[in-house]
Amino acid sequence: MDIGAIVIAAVSLGLLGLVFGVILAFASRAFAVEQDERIPQIAECLPGANCGGCGYAGCTALAAAIAEGKAPVNACPVGGAPSAERIAEIMGVAALTAEPMRACVHCCGTDGDAVKRYRYEGISDCEAVLRLGGGEKACTYACVGLGSCVRACPFGALSLKDGVAAVDLAKCTGCGQCLTACPKGLISLIPLSHSYYVGCSNRDRGGETKKVCKAGCIGCKLCERNCPAGAITVTDNFAKIDYEKCTDCGLCAEKCPVKIIRRRGEEPPAES
Amino acid sequence: MPTILIIAINAILIENFVLVKFLGICPFLGVSKKTDTAIGMGCAVIFTMTLSSALTWAVNRFILEQFHLQYMQTVAFILVIAALVQFIEMALQKLMPALYQALGIYLPLITTNCAVLGSALLNIQNGYNFIESVVFGFSAGVGFLLAIVLFSGVRERIAACDIPKPFQGFPIALISAALLSLAFMGFQGLKLG
Repeated sequence: MDIGAIVIAAVSLGLLGLVFGVILAFASRAFAVEQDERIPQIAECLPGANCGGCGYAGCTALAAAIAEGKAPVNACPVGGAPSAERIAEIMGVAALTAEPMRACVHCCGTDGDAVKRYRYEGISDCEAVLRLGGGEKACTYACVGLGSCVRACPFGALSLKDGVAAVDLAKCTGCGQCLTACPKGLISLIPLSHSYYVGCSNRDRGGETKKVCKAGCIGCKLCERNCPAGAITVTDNFAKIDYEKCTDCGLCAEKCPVKIIRRRGEEPPAES
Repeated sequence: MPTILIIAINAILIENFVLVKFLGICPFLGVSKKTDTAIGMGCAVIFTMTLSSALTWAVNRFILEQFHLQYMQTVAFILVIAALVQFIEMALQKLMPALYQALGIYLPLITTNCAVLGSALLNIQNGYNFIESVVFGFSAGVGFLLAIVLFSGVRERIAACDIPKPFQGFPIALISAALLSLAFMGFQGLKLG
């Protein structure tokens, strides 16, 4: 056995490694990028779910934006006030607490109420069924109930109940992922402190709506006339609540003849 | 036909690294859930493979061959590739932040990508000269990009399908990868020279 060969191999590879090591060491100096030390600190205060609810690619991207002052300290809709306060402490500014929001599905045309035109047995995806005449339900504004939002929710807060998506308020963090997942745009964020919502998005005229769904807004304007705060407006034959003005009195829900203005997290009133 | 073109077609289609040679399966399965990330990974692989082909060829020619150390190829090339990836990552971060943002998270993953090492070793095995090595590295990367982008399209479709429970996730991914690989076997007929 030639010892010399081993020595040559060891030395040359060792030198090769050494050269690379030296180059890397110099490179790390030459190419050093100063990173804001606040970024990892801020990232620690964020939930770390990388849900993208803030509009940035992930929690670290948001942390970088906050450190640079591009995003407000309360930009994370999921972490809410507690995380905003801690981040504000790091950034040395006063926290502005944002009202926490929760997702809300503006359709309550469940299997019993909504008229179906055909039976769909294709792939379980809302986008797919839309290609087939806008879904099984005769109402083209209705939730198709195939759960694209359920799969998009990073917190498991959405579920399907009788063919309509339902939000679990305890689990929902208001990140807004479902808003973009719903191909019909039926989901919106409304402030946690408000409990009444309009459970319909149908813009057809009352008579048309009645034909396709028992739980459809017929645009009767009873809610608009009865709202003491003037928070409800009926445009395009369906009601909309302005949560800036709404006092959460619940009068609209009482007056609604089709019972589609509902309280969140509660079952609809039993039909008499 | 010029040799370089033959090498390129060979590396992209006939001897596709992922689907025919079964190299680089880990990132192929790991980062193919979305087409966007697949493209990012593919581009990062092209980038590193081209550079590492050039560098490993030089190391082999001017160091290993000089000292008759060809049997140390694997070790030496791993060293070269790991150092190169590290260096590229640092350089990109400083000089081309935009490109770093696009490739950033995939670069460290490539250090352990056997396709990169494979291309370096195959260059030597096939006795390519410097230009041929670089072309081979680049087209092998293009082949990887092609395979991973095709596969990510398949997986995006699969994600929307109703798969029987035992097949959900990796089982169905592996089966569809096998079918894709079978399809690529058809290119064997193209073999030139």
